[in-house]
Parts: sequence; C-alpha cells; structure tokens
Amino acid sequence: MSPAESAVAVVYLAAAACFVVGLHLMNAPATARRGNTLSGAGMAAAVAATLVLAAVSGEASPIAWAVIAAGTSLGAAAGLYAALNVRMTAMPQLVSLFNAVGGGAAALIGGYEYLRLAEEGRPGAAVTALVALDAVIGAVAFSGSLVAAGKLHGLVAGHPVVFRGRGALDALLVLAAAGGCAALVAGAGGAWPLAAAVAAALALGVVGVLAIGGADMPVVVSLLNACTGIAVAMAGFVVGNAMMVIAGALVGASGAILTKLMADAMNRPLRAILVGGYGTGDEDAGGGPARQGVATVTADDAAIRLAYASRVIMVPGYGLAAAQAQHELRELAERLEAGGVRVDYAVHPVAGRMPGHMNVLLAEAKVPYPQMKEMEEVNPEFARADVALVVGANDVTNPAARRPGNAVSGMPILDVDKAETVIVIKRSLGHGYAGIDNELYTDPRTRMFLGDAKQALAELTAAVKALAA
Amino acid sequence: MTPDAIGDLTVFVLSLLVGFEVISRVPATLHTPLMSAANAVHGVVLVGAIAIGTTAHTPFGYALAFLACAFAAMNVVGGYAVTDRMLHMFRSPAGRR
Repeated sequence: MSPAESAVAVVYLAAAACFVVGLHLMNAPATARRGNTLSGAGMAAAVAATLVLAAVSGEASPIAWAVIAAGTSLGAAAGLYAALNVRMTAMPQLVSLFNAVGGGAAALIGGYEYLRLAEEGRPGAAVTALVALDAVIGAVAFSGSLVAAGKLHGLVAGHPVVFRGRGALDALLVLAAAGGCAALVAGAGGAWPLAAAVAAALALGVVGVLAIGGADMPVVVSLLNACTGIAVAMAGFVVGNAMMVIAGALVGASGAILTKLMADAMNRPLRAILVGGYGTGDEDAGGGPARQGVATVTADDAAIRLAYASRVIMVPGYGLAAAQAQHELRELAERLEAGGVRVDYAVHPVAGRMPGHMNVLLAEAKVPYPQMKEMEEVNPEFARADVALVVGANDVTNPAARRPGNAVSGMPILDVDKAETVIVIKRSLGHGYAGIDNELYTDPRTRMFLGDAKQALAELTAAVKALAA
Repeated sequence: MTPDAIGDLTVFVLSLLVGFEVISRVPATLHTPLMSAANAVHGVVLVGAIAIGTTAHTPFGYALAFLACAFAAMNVVGGYAVTDRMLHMFRSPAGRR
C-alpha cells in the first residue's frame, strides 16, 4: 500500500464512522440536523479522498477525467436544484427518485466492472456472483423507485394495477433474472446473460410496484431504499471498497428496520403490501350520496363552536397534505389562539404521505414544535377538548378499529370521538384507504363540513374573524 | 475463501448488525427524515462511480461511467440537501423540545 492509499483508507474509515454516528443522531429531533451534517461531511471527505487518490495514481486519461467531471457536476446540479425547489408535499417522490438513481448507479457499476474484468479473461465465479446481485438488486430498485415516484406524483395511476396472470408473470421474471445470473456465474454466453437478468429485474420492479396501491408507496420506497443499500454494498465488494460495503450494509439494515416500523404503524403486514392488489389508491375522490345519520354543519356554525371553545385539537390527515392546506390550518389555529383558545395538533404516526411527513408539513407551516402532540401523548387530552377538528384524516380516527373483525381492527387510532364535539372537514363521504365506512361520521357528536380542505379552512378562518369583529 | 473475502464478509455482516441497532429508538416523527438521510448515505456509490470512471477507456465504458457518476452525484447531493431542508423545519421559534 502506498502512503496515499493508506491515507485514503483512513479517511474512508472516518467517513464510515461519520455515517454510523450521523444516523444514530437522527434518533432525536434535537440532534437530527447535526447528524445529517456530520454524515454529509464524512461523505464530502470520502469523495475528495477518492478524487485525490485517482489523481495521484495517474491512471485516468484526460477523457476519463472529463467524463467524471461532466457526469458528477450534471448530477449534482440536478439533485441540488430538485432538492432546494421541491415543495414539501412532493418530497416523498423526490426521495424515491434519488433512490432510483442511486440503485441505477450501483447497477451500472456492476455492469461496467464485469465488462472490464471480462476484457482481461474470464472473471472468477465469486466476483461474477457479486456483480449479478449488484446489477439485479440495483435494477429492481431503479425501476421500482421510478414507478413509486410516478405513483406518488400522480403520473402513474395510484390504484393497484393487477391483471390475470400477474403472479405467473412475476414468477417468470424472477426465474429469468435468476437464470441469467446462474448462466453468468457459469460463464455461458459472455455478457448476454447479465443483460437478460437486468432486463428481467427492471421489468420485475415495474410490475411489482404497479400492483401496489398508492397509499402503500411510502413502505415500498423504504424497502427499495434498503435494496439500494444492499446493491451499493455489493458494488463495494465488486470495486473492492470497504467503505461502500459498510455504508451500503448500514442503509440496507436500517432501511429494513424502518420498513418494518412503517408497516407496523400502518397496521399492515409487509407481505400483504408486497403481494399487492389491496385497497384503493389514495383517498377516494368519488362524491357518493350523503349517508343516513350524517349531520353537516355550515362555516358560521362551525366557527362559533371553535371560537367559543376553550380547547381545540386539530387532527390533520392525508387530505390536508393533498390539498396543501397546512398554512391555512395554522392561520385558523393562530386566529383561535388570539381569541384565547388553547390549540394543539394531534399527529398520528402515519398521518400524511409517510410516517413523520405530517410533522414536516406542519413544521413548514411554522407550527411550533411543542404544539405537535404524538398519539400516546394527546389521546387522554381528547376527553378534555371542546372541539376536535379533523382535517382530511379518515381511517386513523375510525372507532371501528377498537373492535375486532374489520379492515382497521387493532390499528392504533386517535380517540377523536372522546371530544365534546367533532368537526370533520372532508372532500366527500367516501372511504379511506382501508375501504370501510368511518363510524365517526355517523356519531351523534360529529358534524361534517364537506369541501376541499384548503377552501374550507379559509372559510372557517374568515367566519371566526367575523365573529371577533 | 481468501482472507480478503473473509475480511469483506466480516465487515458486511457487522455493518448489517450496526444498521439494525443504530436506529432502534427513532420516534415516528423522524421516520421520513431518517429514510431520506439513509437514502443520502447510499449516495456513497459516487465513490464507486468515480473509481470505475478512472479505468474507463472505451466509448461504451465512458458512457457507463458518465451515467453512473451523474446518477450517483444526483443521489448524494440531492439526498443530503433535501434531508437538511426537512430537518431545518423542525426548529421552531418557541424552542426545541
């Protein structure tokens, strides 16, 4: 090992330590940002060390340097532009897109290394197997994440795309990918088995994710994130870089745990999500006639109940995120607080697009962090609240979850129905993701205020203002 | 198996175990930023993309390396930037919890 190589190896080790400690600091809100900065610093040092080592070794031709510089700056500019300009509601699909390109890069590295080694004679079985795993897992993560991003962005239909023979097609694609890998390791047919395996993996990612409903996408993105991590670890083996192995395995394992946590919070077995075909897309847009026993309320009436309450708990849900009404909700809350009402926000673990997303959206609207209450903390408070204002949340408030024998049974819910009065702002009386009636809506204490969340909240704020005047 | 391969495998397995442990106590609030942060960490694939770029010498090789560098750079730069933006919002005027 030359002195330069030794120095770079030490930098890599330090970077790997930064990744581990950085992720660990993400365990608490107070240290999370520092954790990300630390991890980023480690990453910058690792990339810089790689460039220095490449320059010292003098292996790369001027054209190779130009290719690296052009590709890296193009990708960096695109990534930075997208990250700084994306609306926070569209952030999940951007994370999915970044995951897609990461998986794609890992797959490309595998393919490139195989071709390079093949020039020098037949590559060994061990490295070929690693190349095959890298390329196949990376390709699934690439195409699957692109479809997931498309679903989250509304470019691809959110409902599960299932057709006859889907199971057979899935099995066929898995066999084709596995067969391609086996042929590659056996050394038959040169690089063609690798191309076939990658093509099958790309198709598998598309077909597999298409079959899953839009509301399950966060769990899918998390799982594909873990897949990319494993692909990157395999790429690390292939190019002989221990830091890539460490970082990839770290992401693979933590991504797998996170996927499990998310699926648990949504009360959905992971297997059922992956098999697909369950549920609709996102919240039902269909109008549907008003059902028996549902009481509606006008803006003025609702405003009176809110303005003369002493405690109001806001319950934001997916509908709020979809209508991008978080700013309107905060305005209404501030208007109420100015009138002496105590306002809190009840955030269900899976409210919004993905776990924790609602906190990000509310934080973006400058809702003070101490006002956001997690489920365990806020549930005893509902009994003391005069009004619970539910905005676009459905299944997470359904009291049917307390009884066994239905689609939401056992799911942890917000005890909204314990409040004195419940006002529900909702686009329609349609079903939520679980596809069952919400018993909250027919509760005698519930008043429905039908309309788009953004517009309805603006009307309520205006009505509250008029009362104070 | 060669000693090198054993060493690599050891690193891989131990890193998996660290990954399982390191986020064990994360609150649901931070699930989304954590996913995004983990997403940024696998942007380390850029190191591999640069490594293959230095050995490229054919037009096809250049094309693969270019694409890999662009993809990986987008992953790593965008990943850290969007995570930082998300976490920035958790600071509130009323102070932290």
